[in-house]
Amino acid sequence: MAKKSEITPEIVAEHGLSESEYAIILDRLGREPNLTELGIFSVMWSEHCSYKSSRRHLAKFLTTGDRVIQGPGENAGVIDINDGDAIIFKMESHNHPSYIEPYQGAATGVGGIMRDVFTMGARPIALMNALRFGEPTHWKTKQLVSGVVAGIGGYGNCVGVPTVGGETNFHKGYNGNILVNAMCVGLAKADNIFLSAAKGVGNPIFYVGSKTGRDGIHGATMASAEFDDDSDEKRPTVQVGDPFTEKLLIEACLELMATDAIIAIQDMGAAGLTSSSIEMADKGGVGIQINLDKVPQREPNMTAYEMMLSESQERMLMVIQPGKEKLAYDIFEKWELDVALIGKTTDTGNLVLKHKRKKVCDIPIAPLADDAPNYDRPHVKTEAREVLEARDIHETQDYNDALLRIMTSPDIASKRWIWEQYDRHVMTDTVDSSQSGGDAAIVRVHGTKKAVAITTDCTPRYVYADPYEGGKQCVAETWRNLTCVGADPIAITDCLNFGNPERPEIMGQFVGAIEGMNEACHAFDYPVVSGNVSLYNETNGQAIPPTPAVGGVGLIPDLEKHMTLKGAKDGDTLILIGDTTGWLGSSIYLSEILSREDGAPPPVNLSTEKLNGDYVRKLIRGRRVNAVHDCSDGGLAVTACEMAFASGQGMHIVAPTNGKTHGWLFGEDQARYLLAVEENSVNPVIATAKAKGIEAQIVGSVGGDRIKADGAFDVSLEKLRAANEAWLPNLMNGDA
Amino acid sequence: MQTAVIRFPASNCDRDAAVALEKVTGRAPIMVWHRETELPDGIDFVVMPGGFSYGDYLRSGAIASRSPIVRDIKAKSEAGLPVAGFCNGFQVLTEAGMLPGALMRNKNLKFVCRPERLTVANANTRYTKHYAPKSEVTFPVAHHDGNYFADKDTLNRIEKEGRVTFRYVSNPNGSLNDIAGIVNKAGNVFGMMPHPERAIDDMHGGTDGLGLFKSIIESI
Repeated sequence: MAKKSEITPEIVAEHGLSESEYAIILDRLGREPNLTELGIFSVMWSEHCSYKSSRRHLAKFLTTGDRVIQGPGENAGVIDINDGDAIIFKMESHNHPSYIEPYQGAATGVGGIMRDVFTMGARPIALMNALRFGEPTHWKTKQLVSGVVAGIGGYGNCVGVPTVGGETNFHKGYNGNILVNAMCVGLAKADNIFLSAAKGVGNPIFYVGSKTGRDGIHGATMASAEFDDDSDEKRPTVQVGDPFTEKLLIEACLELMATDAIIAIQDMGAAGLTSSSIEMADKGGVGIQINLDKVPQREPNMTAYEMMLSESQERMLMVIQPGKEKLAYDIFEKWELDVALIGKTTDTGNLVLKHKRKKVCDIPIAPLADDAPNYDRPHVKTEAREVLEARDIHETQDYNDALLRIMTSPDIASKRWIWEQYDRHVMTDTVDSSQSGGDAAIVRVHGTKKAVAITTDCTPRYVYADPYEGGKQCVAETWRNLTCVGADPIAITDCLNFGNPERPEIMGQFVGAIEGMNEACHAFDYPVVSGNVSLYNETNGQAIPPTPAVGGVGLIPDLEKHMTLKGAKDGDTLILIGDTTGWLGSSIYLSEILSREDGAPPPVNLSTEKLNGDYVRKLIRGRRVNAVHDCSDGGLAVTACEMAFASGQGMHIVAPTNGKTHGWLFGEDQARYLLAVEENSVNPVIATAKAKGIEAQIVGSVGGDRIKADGAFDVSLEKLRAANEAWLPNLMNGDA
Repeated sequence: MQTAVIRFPASNCDRDAAVALEKVTGRAPIMVWHRETELPDGIDFVVMPGGFSYGDYLRSGAIASRSPIVRDIKAKSEAGLPVAGFCNGFQVLTEAGMLPGALMRNKNLKFVCRPERLTVANANTRYTKHYAPKSEVTFPVAHHDGNYFADKDTLNRIEKEGRVTFRYVSNPNGSLNDIAGIVNKAGNVFGMMPHPERAIDDMHGGTDGLGLFKSIIESI
């Protein structure tokens, strides 16, 4: 062992470890760790890697189901989509790096989530993202938007995986902490899924991909701390992405996976070589010995500490079948990738590192993984807000102006400026990218007639107002969006973005949201198969609005029967499924027209959701509808406008004049769908709904070139579209 | 009819090109690795696919244009072999000197992906015979470096010789003369920034790209 280490309390604190955590380390080792060992413990026990504040709550989630092949615990979740095909998917945050260095932070977020998916044997077929920025007028917002968007595009476009959907919100609550959540969906064969558990003794461990440099050291620790005014000084901890190498890695790994050479494989993500080697060893119950001199290095004189904590991108670790080494070498050399045999599996149960012929680390693996702290942080329930009645909320006297303001508000305005920077068509299986107002992206399973539907959703203002109802709503909205395109919703991934869990009110948001989400998962038989938690999203003590982003995936068994909101035809009748009470609490109307963010959010009745959604899906499959759109942000009026933009048809909405017109048009009641239905189907659609106990009513008609609501607004479709399209370009070009 | 698609490191529309070629010819193309020094025997038509060969490092298409296989393709194209490059493939062809001009960074400096309307500037080439003169087609574009540039003399020459095959209706990238696609003097080498292979299936939102593949295949 190297000479006695001098670990001072300051060094322990710098590593983000508490005194009690350090005491556990001393106890488990029976001695003082050296600096390399301390570094390894610190990243493994960071919030980011150990989920120490969230683990016990995540354990509550529904994670099993008929179609679940692999739930949480591996690199990504796996679901069965029939015919021996499987979909592998996950969403992950890259919030802290993206705030500090938006281009590289976002780019490496995309790269990381793609690696999680192809590591398991899937070819990535779609990317999604969920972005939250600060208020549009904040001095940093434009720079962050343009950097993040360029970074997402720069990476995904180069690798050649279409970015098919996402959502973007702006709110002052994200001024100091933006959220960049990226999701990747891959296609694999159900009988050829690769896991990370190392097996056997003496099996060779290969390192493949980019060389290891000094970038990203302590990235996982950074992602587990709050920001302050000096956060820009953390820029060196942000990694730099190389999508070219990623593309080569995908092709090389998939080529090697087509053989039987791989025993286990793991990408080097957060905490790099440390977490990848320890996770592989821990899951397989083996030890690992690595000779760090063999690790391909980008810079001279790197220490063991630096190599183990580097988060250089585009690197993979794999355990290869003995005797298959040459096969692996040949494939990686064909793709011009660095490859090195750096170690072997052992029966010691320890992680042993050698560097410059010295043993620089020898620690038992089990405590690193199993004894990681698991905190039951105190949490207080978020106080319930008052339920607001529409009749008590000021009714606008100028509906034309109100509609225009809502359609040009940050969350509703077109995001074309963003999504036109993403290649949405590469691989030529994109049937519909949800970027253009659709409910979910539709990506064909190559060479088949089936497709996967994908969506990401979260309404942070609801979660902030009521974590439990808001949590239910996030899951319900993904389920609804998948339903809108004719898919059977199957499972979700989540990315839980919250503030500092050491504050009971933040922990209360976290626990409440999880309980709400989980209730929705059970109601829809819609399990969580993968996910990620991002805590400490705070700057100077100001936490972000709680943002549990949910990524939903569903299956469209027959593409002939998929649905979008584009197909509304002149003369169609508009039918609204679901009950409208005119719920304006926590609505877009309230925030944009009245500058208020109060009131309880709309409750989500899960059995009504299920009943209504199942009916809409049945109508789609029975070819009873021309267009379907989920009625959510901004209510019926916004839903109708979006259908008008997509179809090029005007919309006429019938509206009551009972002092609740604003609630009718802009209320955000849940479990609702707007359908465009041909004349001869109207009666059967409504009659069948009534027979099932489902609210269904005629709310207007399709046609013409205006968007109007009786006694409220009457505006030109093209003018409204132009305004809706202009908001973001104007902001980004500095004219806003 | 045997076609081939060249695969460079980080080509990413190679499969898309293969799907299009198989759809039109009824036969899967041979996928040729960039390190090969010669095309297999009996290749009738070569496609340089889109993507980010070598990560667009140095300049888009620059490193790929020095690949061993490109030397052979260039020699054979001079003997008449039809070669088409789409997007990054077009960039490789200009870098290899098989087509004139260069593709610079888009004028607004941003990557752009959208269906783009094009007019058929010359319907009397081996690549455009299936289209009516001056007709309009829609192909998706997806590029960062699609801003076509050539010096004045070259530009005048290719215009005079009718070598501009497609023009943008609303120029997305700053290309001179709205140029979206060109052919070489002999008419057998063709390059364009838009993606005809992304417009061959109703699911793509249109099948305008089929005409281009049919034109060249039928000319062989």
